[in-house]
Amino acid sequence: MGKLFKNFTKKDFFFIGICILLIIFQVGLELKIPNYMSAITRLVQTEGSSIGEITLQGVYMLLCALGSLISAVIVGYFASNLASNFSKTLRDKIFSKVLGFSTKEMKELETSSLITRTTNDITQVEMLISMGLQMIVKAPIMAVWAILKILNKGLEWSILTAVCVLVLLTTIGFLMVIVLPRFAKVQKLIDKVNGVTRENLTGIRVVRAFNAEKFQEGRFEKTNESLTNMQLFNQRCFSIMQPVMMLIMNGLTLGIYFIGAHLIEGAMMSEKITLFSNMVVFSSYGMQVISSFLMLAMIFMMWPRANISAKRINEVLTKEESIVDGTFEGNTKEIGTVEFKNVSFKYPDADEYLLRDISFKVNKGETIAFIGSTGSGKSTLINLVPRFYDATEGEILVDGVNVKEYKQEILHNKIGYVPQRAVMFTGSVTDNIRYGDNGREEVTQEQIKESIRVAQGTDFVEKMENTYDAHIARGGTNISGGQKQRLAIARAIARNPEIYIFDDSFSALDYKTDATLRKELKNYTKDATSMIVAQRIGTILNADTIVVLDNGHCVGIGTHKELLKNCEVYKEIALSQLSEEEINNA
Amino acid sequence: MPRPMGKPGAKGSEKSKNFFGSIKRLIENLKPWKILLVFSIVLALCSAILALISPDKLSSLTDTITDGIMPKTEKLSTVMESTISNLQENLKTKILEVMASNDVSEEDKQNFMMISKQMGNLEKREEFLAVFAQIPDSVFRLLLEDVTIENNLISIEDQISLFRLMKDMNEDNALQKIDQFPVSIYNIIKPTIDMEKAKSITIFIGILYVTSALFNYIESFAMTTISNRFAKDLRSRISVKINKLPLKYFDTHETGDVLSRVTNDVDTIAQNLNNSLSTLVTSLTLFIGSIIMMFATNAIMAITAIVASLIGFSFMSVILMKSQKYFMKRQEELGNINGYIEEIYSGHNVVKTYNGDKEAIERFGKLNYNLYEANRKSQFLSGLMMPIMNFVGNFGYVAVCIVGALLVSNNVITFGVIVAFIIYVRLFTNPLTQIAQAMTALQSTAAAGERVFEFLDEEEMPDESHFTKHLENDKVKGEIEFKNVRFGYTKEKTIIHDFSVKVNPGEKIAIVGPTGAGKTTMVNLLMKFYEIDGGDILIDGTSIHELTRENIHKLFCMVLQDTWLFDGTIKENIKFNKENLSDDEVWEACKNVGVDHFIKTLPGGLGAVISDNDSVSSGQKQLFTIARGNLEDAPFLILDEATSNVDTRTEELVQKAMDRLTEGKTSFIIAHRLSTIKNADLILVMKDGNIIEQGTHQELMNQKGFYEKLYNSQFEM
Repeated sequence: MGKLFKNFTKKDFFFIGICILLIIFQVGLELKIPNYMSAITRLVQTEGSSIGEITLQGVYMLLCALGSLISAVIVGYFASNLASNFSKTLRDKIFSKVLGFSTKEMKELETSSLITRTTNDITQVEMLISMGLQMIVKAPIMAVWAILKILNKGLEWSILTAVCVLVLLTTIGFLMVIVLPRFAKVQKLIDKVNGVTRENLTGIRVVRAFNAEKFQEGRFEKTNESLTNMQLFNQRCFSIMQPVMMLIMNGLTLGIYFIGAHLIEGAMMSEKITLFSNMVVFSSYGMQVISSFLMLAMIFMMWPRANISAKRINEVLTKEESIVDGTFEGNTKEIGTVEFKNVSFKYPDADEYLLRDISFKVNKGETIAFIGSTGSGKSTLINLVPRFYDATEGEILVDGVNVKEYKQEILHNKIGYVPQRAVMFTGSVTDNIRYGDNGREEVTQEQIKESIRVAQGTDFVEKMENTYDAHIARGGTNISGGQKQRLAIARAIARNPEIYIFDDSFSALDYKTDATLRKELKNYTKDATSMIVAQRIGTILNADTIVVLDNGHCVGIGTHKELLKNCEVYKEIALSQLSEEEINNA
Repeated sequence: MPRPMGKPGAKGSEKSKNFFGSIKRLIENLKPWKILLVFSIVLALCSAILALISPDKLSSLTDTITDGIMPKTEKLSTVMESTISNLQENLKTKILEVMASNDVSEEDKQNFMMISKQMGNLEKREEFLAVFAQIPDSVFRLLLEDVTIENNLISIEDQISLFRLMKDMNEDNALQKIDQFPVSIYNIIKPTIDMEKAKSITIFIGILYVTSALFNYIESFAMTTISNRFAKDLRSRISVKINKLPLKYFDTHETGDVLSRVTNDVDTIAQNLNNSLSTLVTSLTLFIGSIIMMFATNAIMAITAIVASLIGFSFMSVILMKSQKYFMKRQEELGNINGYIEEIYSGHNVVKTYNGDKEAIERFGKLNYNLYEANRKSQFLSGLMMPIMNFVGNFGYVAVCIVGALLVSNNVITFGVIVAFIIYVRLFTNPLTQIAQAMTALQSTAAAGERVFEFLDEEEMPDESHFTKHLENDKVKGEIEFKNVRFGYTKEKTIIHDFSVKVNPGEKIAIVGPTGAGKTTMVNLLMKFYEIDGGDILIDGTSIHELTRENIHKLFCMVLQDTWLFDGTIKENIKFNKENLSDDEVWEACKNVGVDHFIKTLPGGLGAVISDNDSVSSGQKQLFTIARGNLEDAPFLILDEATSNVDTRTEELVQKAMDRLTEGKTSFIIAHRLSTIKNADLILVMKDGNIIEQGTHQELMNQKGFYEKLYNSQFEM
């Protein structure tokens, strides 16, 4: 948490200082109020005191209350500004930081976790600051000041107040020890209830086909029951809180009065009135002491959660970026070439290499394809080109220059990357195709139409409402997987890059569309280099070079025909998908 | 009430369409817990009433204490009266005695003579006192007599010291002087607190407090029980309902939507029910009760308290309404920014390679600023509530005190009444805020309840319990006939117009077509997941209209491409709902599909948990589902072949297992493998939901239609 506070600026600290002063002022005023209360009490008690005097004291008291209100409003204004500004700054920082991450850091921290870190975790910290700032400062000042005020006013009363505080803290402590750990379990059980329901929904056809409805209901009932029991236990424990608090507060007043009766009875005549007004004052100060301890307890309850959040935020902010940007921006001798020189790759903390000693070169206008079973390293290999990761050993040259030397922006301008899972952004079809910045002038409407045509998307896009301006929902949920893939390909085409990277980007297309698309693409991008990862043999049959990967090793490089003859793994893959006759016909 | 339409798709609008209807329905559904509910409401009522009685009692405790503060001046007067009257009597008779006494010194005698001369022209009592006080002790001893008041004997010496103390007593030092009074007199005028009374009131209030707390606890314990049991019941009902709805519902609704009803909505209902119902009861009782009590105690004070609180409260409601607006805005902005973050983070690779970071940061900055603005305002306004509440409390206090003091000085009320009103003001203002909070909570409860009940009210699949026909698995030959089948997912759009085909026992039917061509439609119809609109499907000559879904499902073994496994062990997943299968039978099935070797390598073997086991590949998962299907001894098979994503060796295993599964069964295969397609007895070619061609591989190739193009496209580049 402390580290995060470094994000406060000098100006912020100035305001925090003002807030602290105002809060001290406020506490001072609030603690003056009981004085006036007792003065009013005494006046009411004493015969013959004039209404004017009482009103005067009342006005003083109200002025104190008003002063405290105004001060609270100002503090509230500063605090909410501080907290919102703090969270805004933090969000900006995290967001920019995450954008600078490479795939390695994204994987390590996990996308979903990063999302909650940027949103929920920051909200947690923000809440602690906006509420806590006031409470953390106010509660101790209030407690100490109030205690000082009552300390010499009666030992018996002080002891009673101390006992009440002790009972309060014990109750809260007890609840925290018993219930807090169970809260985490409740969250898990809720996830489980969610999980079982999700299973039933996603597997609804299977469940029905197996007549397993009763079975599923039984499974649900079991988690439902344990969730309910856990919740019941927690909430029943918490039910104790409210009555105990009321009992303590009421009991304190009652106790103070009863003890007061004894003290007054035993006192000298001259002390009785003082004792009585002390009693009235004490009962209100005692309440202040209790409520400040209650505030402290609340902070202790908020603190652990916010602290965990703060830690998670810090983890992002202090994460070292593994990819260091290069400086090269000049012209290259070669154009459209990609070369791997003895490239090996492993995750930094892993023992095993995912890629071992890979070398190949592809020239302008050529197509290179990568095939192999899952986990053979195809995607990893292709991801090294746009520097999602850096090679552990060896070097990768694009246009004859090591990728590490490029300014990333320049490198990315050469590449048209289409990922495995097509990514869509909220906005229109056009927005999605025009996405990003390729270092040249803006993409024209004509180019967009042309790109979509090449990607075989014209049909469905023109059928959509508003055609090219049609709205794409968040995550592209309003179009199918195949349509998303085609738009993602069109996006790469519109970029007009030197090098295309297709990471299994045709998987959601049927054979026919797949084939037509690639034919069109070939015509349209004669000069561009293509790197294709594929599962289907059909997709890569006619590539200029096919690289066969098995367990991170390159077990064959060549054309389809060559590989069939001399590469066992390739032959095995081919045979699993096509018949002998078909392979030879191709 | 007609309201202007909000923005389409505006999120976070938690307003219910029919507030009262929804609440009424919720209450109706609480019937099973009626007794407990009434019990806890009664307890809440009692607890509130107890809280209302206590201020009155506390005020009498205060009065009892106040009684013991001021000295009984009238008693002092009595003492003085009798002393002075004695003195005056004796002055007349005993002057000579004094003069003759040996006990009185000459000096004292002279002094006394001087004093007695002054006495003649005295009128005021104070002057009397001043003069008397000068009488020397020795003279006093002769002139005074012992006095007995209320059985207290006041000696002459005591009376002398009283005179001496009274001499220069004034308002400021009166109490100190009294403290120096001789014990006999002090005891008479000393005020006493009726300790017995104080004790009994304290005990009474103590019992009130403890009982009230106890009631409060029992009540919230009961409410917790009710709300959680109710929530559990709702969840169970949703879970059961899921299995009663036609598949159409799930094909047209999002999973997340149903999920959020099971968790979020039910949670909202449970939590709010727990808090707001008892709060409402308690608060209303306190609110109305405190008004009654206040008026019963004193009308003027009551009006003062109510007016003072209402002024403050109207202030607060203005702020509350304002902040509500900003809270909604904040929620909306939070939703916007969350969506954007999710989009950019999950598209991270694309954002980077397309150099979209600058644009992203710019847009994020805008969204972030909007959130900041909404945040700042909503936080500030909501933060105002507490200080204003405090001020209202203090304002009420002062108002009550001033008006109270006025009334006390006019002897209309006692001081204790003020103390009572100080508490009444608090009892009166607190419920107002709580009622407001409970009402907003009830609003969202109503909205959540509406969504839950909407789901529970969805039309279920037609009841089939009256069907009498039943086909036994071992007696079915395996013949299926489609007769002029007509079907569409919506009434307006028929996709299968007039489809007829007859499938003989043991035949293999391949369903092919591009993605999204509607191949699952065939599965939907065969399994009676959807009802056909026209024509008939006959299983061994029996219409599926006459067979229960359960019966049909039993006749079919179905293995789908998306490997559906639940969170549990491998054994549980393979057994699924056939829980009485022995381990040996499960093992046999695993051997049949060839996944036994793999299972042996897992820690725990069949008992290994699937969900947290990354070492299980998708191909292996598929093998598990095939093993599950293998245990289903059914005459018909529906098989969805895996397209890819499986490594070569596992794929071989999967294919073998699938081939074995089809043996001896009439099978419908959604085919991706050419070998399957070519060997099929019948190929159904689907496109855009329709069956456009049917026949064997050779027949279709000869037709040179869509199938032929589809087939050949695989080899193009």
